[in-house]
Amino acid sequence: MIYPLQVVFILVSAVTLGAALMVVTTRNMVRAALWLVLALFGVAILFVLLEAGFFAVAQVIIYIGAIAILMIFAVMLTRRIAQDPGPQLNSTWPIAAVIALLVFGLIVFLVQVWDRAASLPPPLPQGFAPLQELGVALVSADRYLIPFEIASVLLLAALIGAIVVAWERK
Amino acid sequence: MSEYLPLVVLFILSTLVAAIAVALGHLFGPRRPTERKLQPYESGMTPFGPGTRRMPVRFYLVAVLFILFDIEVVFFIPWAVVYRKLGLFGFVEMLLFAGILEIAFVYAWKKGALEWE
Repeated sequence: MIYPLQVVFILVSAVTLGAALMVVTTRNMVRAALWLVLALFGVAILFVLLEAGFFAVAQVIIYIGAIAILMIFAVMLTRRIAQDPGPQLNSTWPIAAVIALLVFGLIVFLVQVWDRAASLPPPLPQGFAPLQELGVALVSADRYLIPFEIASVLLLAALIGAIVVAWERK
Repeated sequence: MSEYLPLVVLFILSTLVAAIAVALGHLFGPRRPTERKLQPYESGMTPFGPGTRRMPVRFYLVAVLFILFDIEVVFFIPWAVVYRKLGLFGFVEMLLFAGILEIAFVYAWKKGALEWE
């Protein structure tokens, strides 16, 4: 029995992986950034399939709307990189391929023996509102309050760092 | 899952409309290329210089600032949907969060990073 959502999942996964492959193989950096947008969009759809609508929206707003744009700017700031990608493989690629295959095999093995992967996770209870749940958790002292406030410090550091790097030296 | 159906329909329809618009122009548009017509379009002028020019680093800074405030807004959304339930405690928490980021905003403002010459 094949469910329609399984078909969607397989199609979206294939497109995401294909786009990710194009990101690392295409020689034009601007095109690589555009392929990355497609891969990120595929991940957003995977979030939707996991019933994580807020993450899907955040994925589109932050990763596609901001980070991909930042990458395209970064490519356009550096003319030489945009025009002359250089060789895409170096001498250590067979070792990297072996390590990647080993890690992949290990992950497959672990999923086989991990008993929690064998059974499906319980479905969300009826009327469960993830966004409200997240909003409460973010400001609850016994849950994510400290990480939430530290995130603002992290953003502060990133912003000041960006200004120092990109502004003062001009 | 069914609440995403309108999104799927919108996505398919917008793709179709765009594809039809391009395809019709491709099918029925006359194509009589001359050397001038095949030049890259540059606002109606004769193009000059290389097509891939380096952008000013200023754009990068604006993009970074945009990302950071974008992330701030994403943090606001889950808080805002339960704002009334959280009461004063939640309000103070968010005030602290926004206050710390406000320091960054004031810093960027004072540095003149928000101005374009």
